Amino acid sequence: MADYNRPLPLPTPETQHFWEGARNGELRLQRCTACKETYFPPRPFCPACGSRSVEIYKASGKATLYSYIINHRPRPDFGTEPHSIAVVELAEGPRMMTNIVGCPQTPEALTLDMPLHVTFEKASDEISLPKFRPAPKA
Amino acid sequence: MKRKSVAVIGAAETTEMGKIPNTSQLMLHADAALNALKDAGLTAKDIDGIATAGDSPVEVAHYLGITPTWVDGTSVGGCSFMLHVRHAAAAINEGLCNTVLITHAESGRSRVGARRFSRDPASQSGQFEVPFGITSPPTMFTIPALRYMKQYGVTEEDLAHVAVVQREWAGRNPRASFRDPITVDDVLNSKMIAWPFRMLMCCLVTDGGGALILTSAERAKDFPQKPVYILGTGESCETPVISQMEDFTTSKAFRVSGKKAFDEAGIKHSDVDHLMIYDAFAHLPVYGLEDLGFCDKGEGAAFIREGNTRPGGKLPLNTNGGGLSYMHSGMYGMYALQESVRQMRGIAPAQVPGAKISIAHGVGGMFAASGTIVFSNEAP
Repeated sequence: MADYNRPLPLPTPETQHFWEGARNGELRLQRCTACKETYFPPRPFCPACGSRSVEIYKASGKATLYSYIINHRPRPDFGTEPHSIAVVELAEGPRMMTNIVGCPQTPEALTLDMPLHVTFEKASDEISLPKFRPAPKA
Repeated sequence: MKRKSVAVIGAAETTEMGKIPNTSQLMLHADAALNALKDAGLTAKDIDGIATAGDSPVEVAHYLGITPTWVDGTSVGGCSFMLHVRHAAAAINEGLCNTVLITHAESGRSRVGARRFSRDPASQSGQFEVPFGITSPPTMFTIPALRYMKQYGVTEEDLAHVAVVQREWAGRNPRASFRDPITVDDVLNSKMIAWPFRMLMCCLVTDGGGALILTSAERAKDFPQKPVYILGTGESCETPVISQMEDFTTSKAFRVSGKKAFDEAGIKHSDVDHLMIYDAFAHLPVYGLEDLGFCDKGEGAAFIREGNTRPGGKLPLNTNGGGLSYMHSGMYGMYALQESVRQMRGIAPAQVPGAKISIAHGVGGMFAASGTIVFSNEAP
């Protein structure tokens, strides 16, 4: 964390709960109380039906690998080795961008649809980023 | 849109393209505009409508000495110029203006007087994508491709074929940046950028610009160039962040924009003689062929691999060499439009013999937006 020198998110009033959750090790999603749609990124109304009646809840943290690249362009702030930039599909439905961590950053180790679990990487006192690692074998 | 009521009467690119370190971005707009005005036999005083993207239309209008009655600064990425053509056609039909100038310029490589590129850390991109390492199009636009490849059994070789075929077209174009033939092996051995994408599957970064002049079809016959009529137009947008695309194997914006343009033009796919699909990366022509309805889902890559889009093929595609080999200053849509106009005038370096209908289809941002224009050289 001491040398965490990457661009970090600047939360807005509408996304504050998400980043507060991440800081506390929780992946928080929102769900419409009218039509039951779970959605992401955060906003105080349902993008499916327009209702302002929405609730925040703690997601399971389970996901699968939807698609990714392995970046080979220089990003000194991400280290010297190529790294994944991935989109995962959460068990609750929405997708989000992340990095897959805790495994080799290779096409062989990163197979689409592999089960993943959220983990949080502390970047500053305010910001922890949701990353995903391969789920432990059942 | 009222059908077949508007035409392109002036079209030109910047005098030079590629590396232009001695010219600012604003002057590249003016250079392209002056060339297009000359092409149309007009001066800036004849222009009463102005549109550009990225830079402000106010800046371009004032620099050229234009006082417009219609202004469009729609800026949704590289397809913005397709949207400008669409909006201009509607404005001309409505009588808001008579003669519209659309310019694009970007000092993409030399960065002389170019805008600084930054993402607000409070934006959706800044909060939910940038922190994970996306930097620029090569690390963002490429992300959906692997899902597409898995779903349809498309390989890295298939993507390489896209680049090989486009280089074939570029070889026939003296203004193309890269003209030497390449093989699938050359592409697969080029530098890794963002697996599965290698250098030769990614677009160029160059300096340049282009400009178009439009007026009513009725007036178009009075100008020196052969008019190129606008038969149909479409536009749409989907998402500012690629992670939120509805389906990584198809672009909703492409489908909506393409269908609208086909419906307006009242044409069938078999009527299309020439096609431009904005190719920032090798997977885009594949998505475009499918989302515009030229191929069934999952068949776009095979369609290209089998030679249908190459010189002599049944659907000539990206005949200037495309963003992969011709040029790409940042917002390539203008160059796709320019090539469609050249093909309809019958003056393209790699002219498709007897072509009567051409489509230019653009993408904006990373599958964020889209615009589609159907052109014809036959009078309504």
